[in-house]
Amino acid sequence: METLFFAIVSLVAIISAILVITCKNPINSALSLIMTFFCLATYYVMLDAPFMAAVQVMVYAGAIMVLIVFTIMLLNIRVNATQKHSHRILLGSIIGFFTLINTIVLLVKSQAAKPVGPFTGDMIRNIGHSELIGREMFTTFLLPFEITSILLLVAIVGSVILAKKNI
Amino acid sequence: MDMISIPVVNMTPILPEIFLSVLAMVLLLLNVFSPSGKKSYLAYISFIGIAATAVLVGAGWGGHIESFSGAVILDNFATFFKMIFLLAAGLTVLISDQYMEREECNHGELYPLILFTVVGMMLMASGTDLMTIFLGLEVMSVSLYVLAGFNRNNKKSNEAGLKYFLLGAFSTGFLLYGMALTYGATGTTRVYKIASVVGQMTLPSANIMLLAGMLLMMTGFAFKIAAAPFHMWTPDVYEGAPTPMTAFMSAGPKAAGFAALLRILLVALPTLQIEWSQLLWVLAVLTMTVGNITALRQDNIKRMLAYSSIAHAGYALVGLVAGNGTGTAGILFYMLSYAFMNIGAFAIIILVSKKGETNGNVMDFAGLGFKRPLLAVAMTIFLFSLAGMPPTAGFIGKFYLFSGAVQKGYIWLAVIGVLNSAASVYYYLRVMVYMYMKEPTEEFEWTQVTAPVALALIISVAGSMIPGIVPSFILEFAQQAVKLI
Repeated sequence: METLFFAIVSLVAIISAILVITCKNPINSALSLIMTFFCLATYYVMLDAPFMAAVQVMVYAGAIMVLIVFTIMLLNIRVNATQKHSHRILLGSIIGFFTLINTIVLLVKSQAAKPVGPFTGDMIRNIGHSELIGREMFTTFLLPFEITSILLLVAIVGSVILAKKNI
Repeated sequence: MDMISIPVVNMTPILPEIFLSVLAMVLLLLNVFSPSGKKSYLAYISFIGIAATAVLVGAGWGGHIESFSGAVILDNFATFFKMIFLLAAGLTVLISDQYMEREECNHGELYPLILFTVVGMMLMASGTDLMTIFLGLEVMSVSLYVLAGFNRNNKKSNEAGLKYFLLGAFSTGFLLYGMALTYGATGTTRVYKIASVVGQMTLPSANIMLLAGMLLMMTGFAFKIAAAPFHMWTPDVYEGAPTPMTAFMSAGPKAAGFAALLRILLVALPTLQIEWSQLLWVLAVLTMTVGNITALRQDNIKRMLAYSSIAHAGYALVGLVAGNGTGTAGILFYMLSYAFMNIGAFAIIILVSKKGETNGNVMDFAGLGFKRPLLAVAMTIFLFSLAGMPPTAGFIGKFYLFSGAVQKGYIWLAVIGVLNSAASVYYYLRVMVYMYMKEPTEEFEWTQVTAPVALALIISVAGSMIPGIVPSFILEFAQQAVKLI
């Protein structure tokens, strides 16, 4: 049952991901991207990570997608249908194809690794996913958490410098 | 419900990072309140701040403190690399002001961004958690994207910023995926814990997830150090970015990439050394050869030095393939001397080029030897050092890198390295031929050498010469630095 569900979700995810890069109209691409994000959120639910799923839907499918759609509309991008097929694309596809085959062979040959690490599915169900994340964030990953504030500051300063009309 | 135990927080290992971040924020505020066009004093403040941080970092030499429950560490390895970053940033700040004034983009935000880049690089060198290393890399990269596109009026600079951002974001994806897979395979992000988990595995080289994680992480870092075939962005970005930022990019972030790569490969995954050294062997040969051969055909000197910087990443990778004391100490030594010689060479390029980034071809160096003999001598020293001629720092660095490879039995790798180094002499000498043997085609006024630029040049010349004449002093530091990781 779970495998079947996984297969269906994966199929939808892959098809919508392909649509993101093949659609000529950018709005269609953006909408397919939302579909991909929803499929990802479903994966998180299946992996006992409901908090991640909620964040995925709210932040990516919600906030960031609204931003992307607005940007597309404001920029009013014209659809450019001119596509050039150069030798590089051919070369890239050949390399990509063989890498894919290689990966599949390796994955089939290898045994499924057992889950490792301190966090098990039972533990998440007992304590709660968001609580575990919160605890880790402020104990084990306290320093990385603080570094993100510097990262955000740099991003703000950078976008102002690059985008503001008069500085 | 049990209580949450707060980890022991010792601020000592990240004191330099905190100091620089606070300084950068203060500079951001000062910039807001200072009239436009008078931003030079920010450069002086940041230089003094960088010097003070260097003292702070130097005081930590010999210490070994873990903090934030193993997310960050203060050891000699981190200290040595932090010194390289501060040096690169200090020299960059010295050569920036005059250039930015000339290109009419002397916005005060430049200096805080440089400082933030240094903070990111420092976290990469001292981070012992994949998350710390990743976030340090992001802080560094995001600042660099902006610095590459800092000259907003110049189309090439815009292109450089955008290109670097797009490809950088792409490579970050690889890196992060690799870290996620490594976490999935080992159950921890702590570098030292990964080492013990992998060490207990019965057959780690059969663990596909771990191997894929390692591979993807190496891809991400190979992009940051501009190793072939992940070097496509380098020439365009180095050519388009403001010249002082190009100098900074080629010295600092490359060293930071090597710091993180060394820490992850040598500390976390030494059990997979056979696997990763095979991969790096191919990568090193490709990087050296592609860099040098393409550099032979370049007329634009910034582009030429970009390809040469790819080649230099290849030489440093030779030391990593060896993976022994001599090789890794050689990387540290080489990164330090490379910062001196490369930033020095770029400082001269700034002086020769004119407003709007024109006059940047090798031909424009014609007659420099007669008109400004001192500058020409300095440029000669930098080029000799880049080419690896004795008695410069570049020679000693390459010597240790290649002898590390020979000690480990990688004779062919060393031979290819030496051959590459010989080929590189051609394009470095070409500049010298123009400087000393050709008449200038047109007359123009030379840019005045201001005091900060002169200071940067003196430091760079000293840094390119002294380690070549008395290498033991710095090499001893480098050997102590790699002993503990």
